[in-house]
Amino acid sequence: MPALLEAENLEAQYGWTKVLHGLGFAVESGGITAILGANGAGKTTTLRAVCGMVKTAGSVRFEGQRIDGMATEDIVRLGIAHTPEGRGTFMELTVEENLRLGAYVRKDRGAIARDFDRVYQYFPVLGQRQRQQAGTLSGGEQQMLAVARALMSRPRLLLLDEPSLGLAPLVTREIFRIVRAINKDEGVSVLLVEQNAAMALELADHAYLLETGRVVMSGSAAELRKDDSIRRSYLGY
Amino acid sequence: MDIFIQQVVSGLATGGIYASLALALVMIYQATDVVNFAQGSMAMFSTYLCWSLLQAGLPYWVAFVATLVIAFAGGILIERVVIRPVENAPILSIVIVTIGLLVILVSVAGWIYSYIQKPFPSPFPNKPIKIGNIVFGAHDLGAIGITLVVLLLLFLFFRYTTLGLAMRAAAQNPTSSRLCGIRVGWMLALGWGLAATFGAVAGMIVAPVVFLDPNMMGGIQIYAFAAATVGGFTSPLGAVVGGFLVGVTENLVGTYVSFIGTELKMTVALAMIIIVLLVKPSGLFGRSFVRRV
Repeated sequence: MPALLEAENLEAQYGWTKVLHGLGFAVESGGITAILGANGAGKTTTLRAVCGMVKTAGSVRFEGQRIDGMATEDIVRLGIAHTPEGRGTFMELTVEENLRLGAYVRKDRGAIARDFDRVYQYFPVLGQRQRQQAGTLSGGEQQMLAVARALMSRPRLLLLDEPSLGLAPLVTREIFRIVRAINKDEGVSVLLVEQNAAMALELADHAYLLETGRVVMSGSAAELRKDDSIRRSYLGY
Repeated sequence: MDIFIQQVVSGLATGGIYASLALALVMIYQATDVVNFAQGSMAMFSTYLCWSLLQAGLPYWVAFVATLVIAFAGGILIERVVIRPVENAPILSIVIVTIGLLVILVSVAGWIYSYIQKPFPSPFPNKPIKIGNIVFGAHDLGAIGITLVVLLLLFLFFRYTTLGLAMRAAAQNPTSSRLCGIRVGWMLALGWGLAATFGAVAGMIVAPVVFLDPNMMGGIQIYAFAAATVGGFTSPLGAVVGGFLVGVTENLVGTYVSFIGTELKMTVALAMIIIVLLVKPSGLFGRSFVRRV
């Protein structure tokens, strides 16, 4: 069975500066794949390249279809949801309006109404704050809102950019628990970018390690956890 | 007292015109951070088109609606053809482009229709309406009515439709909007279309009063700037309230402060701009929204 998302020889650049140098990776259908690496390794850029938010070369396939070179809004319509770095909250809109925007590409009104209930079950705190301006939410709540907004589009693939950033460990743990539940119950595949390698390897089935825009190691999460160099450099024990 | 009420009502009528044009300015400003100096001349041009339709024998309200549709399409066309190529240029360049557009529209209107003033019909009866001792112009009341209907429609559109929500989202956070699948470029074009439509409403309401000529919106655009500044350039509601406020203030000051009279009325608008900028630069309703940091 072919992978859900497959990148080959992927390059990306900002202006004249090349950030990714021929990356190859795959996300299996139904799985959670993690991309690990230090600051500036190109993790965020990898996600942005998948969504057509930077200038790229090489190929990206989603369900066998080439998506590189497509406009972001068209890629999203294929069933890829991207929770961006910085969470992408619409600060001046209410929680409910943020979620409505998540479902913007869908036309099935009845199912959207049910999905509101569904995400409020995953994130009860958002249910309590439906009418509140999203800019007044705490960092953790905004991260939850970002994941919830992505879910509202009924994606087949969820791209998660550094969900732990700036959050207390307990909040991060909660979010990771929900991501796993979404993956299990909804069958949404996940591509996760994380600096917190320990937590990411707990969650993921498969992982890639990036250094300065290249894949330097890949394998199952269990293998990578046991690897000595990873343990020392990224897990810190 | 009678004079006072009469002046307030006629102030509200002109205020409604300022409000429509101010609203158009605010819509484009919110979406793109650009102050569109050509807003008034776009309105003037739409009004000329309406005049042509009327000359061709169309009934007033048919011509009115047709003009709104043409203005909407024209606004979109202007965004696509004139503004889009300079989209990523510095703000000042875009502002200069809108000033260029102003000059072009005024000249083309003058070239096609000449600079001689033309009378423009009002859809409302000529007969004044008398309540007690107070006489209201029917056109004034009609102008207030039309403005309120337009504002209500706009409010409902932005508040309750998905497209309206998407337009607000695209103005606030384009990157995130794209990730939601919103075609941001089209939302901006749509904003220009709607703004042109409000401008056209303002133009057609004001033309019976000031007569139709290529420069008829020049002064009104300044009042609209005052209205938008008073209300706050970031708030559609503010633009509306600001419009009515400027209209009424201008009228009352003109009536009761003898040395100002009708000749120095426009100074009132400019004074209001300056006072608001000194005291509360974000305007009465300008957003200072809460954010947790």
